[in-house]
Amino acid sequence: MKVRILVSFKESVLDPQGQTVKNALHTLGYHFIKDVRQGKVFEIELKDISKAEAEKVIPEIADKVLANPIIEKFSWQVLKEEERAR
Amino acid sequence: MRFGVVVFPGSNCDSDTFFVLKEVLGQDTTFLWHKDHDLKNVDCIVLPGGFSYGDYLRSGAIAKFSPLMQEVGEFAAKGGTVLGICNGFQVLLELGLLPGAMLRNTNLKFLCEFVHVRVENAQTRFSHKAKPGQVLRIPIAHFDGNYFASSELLRKLEKSNQVVFRYVDENGEATAEANVNGSAANIAGLINKEGNVMGLMPHPERASEALLGSTDGRVIFKSIIEKLEHD
Repeated sequence: MKVRILVSFKESVLDPQGQTVKNALHTLGYHFIKDVRQGKVFEIELKDISKAEAEKVIPEIADKVLANPIIEKFSWQVLKEEERAR
Repeated sequence: MRFGVVVFPGSNCDSDTFFVLKEVLGQDTTFLWHKDHDLKNVDCIVLPGGFSYGDYLRSGAIAKFSPLMQEVGEFAAKGGTVLGICNGFQVLLELGLLPGAMLRNTNLKFLCEFVHVRVENAQTRFSHKAKPGQVLRIPIAHFDGNYFASSELLRKLEKSNQVVFRYVDENGEATAEANVNGSAANIAGLINKEGNVMGLMPHPERASEALLGSTDGRVIFKSIIEKLEHD
């Protein structure tokens, strides 16, 4: 089983890197871009673990290690077969 | 009394800190290796500046899982004196020994320059040799020094006098221009509620010899020495 975890800044936290990307896109003429938030993606491969167990342990890992809960939030999903094959 | 300077892979101010404590200030000082569990009977632990684990994941995020850091956590819980400088401050925040978190500098630049900080609380074991409101000239060198805390936490920190140093201009004013990295409330250094753990972004070990342009950083080490020798 492979899972993808997305870590990004909480709404209340200013993201200067995202702002800079937004400004660059505006410079290129993409004026319809309202906001950009930059984050991190982790793809983690699991072995010998059920989906139910993963549902318990992945948020734990994300909270303890991958994200800093003071400034960041996370979401995660199990990757489908075709995405895993890529 | 004895100082211990922690060495992580990627620490790069460990030798400078060791040199200042041992050679400049004449203190018994030893290195503490991150993989060990032995604190070698030290009275004060210094987490030095640098880029522990290459700043992978987040600054200080991996260092907190080092075997030695478990011992440092217990040492701090028992009231032991812990000083975190720059990356050391980031590690203390990640560990939760100090509240809040660090974000990238608002101008997205690595800042390596002399700054002025004002002593906001001169009653701590890290700052009692300074005068209240004294302005110190000490260099910074960091990418992630933009201190973040919720407005509720900021209120608590101010109320309990936990802000020890604030970025100011040379006249001692906490202006927006002087707040080089964009930190909440110009915070450059803070202490825990119990008063035994302090972190700061400026490098006092780089401002402890006249040859290097400033000796203002000495007051921090001298405060610790006097306090611990007195106890």
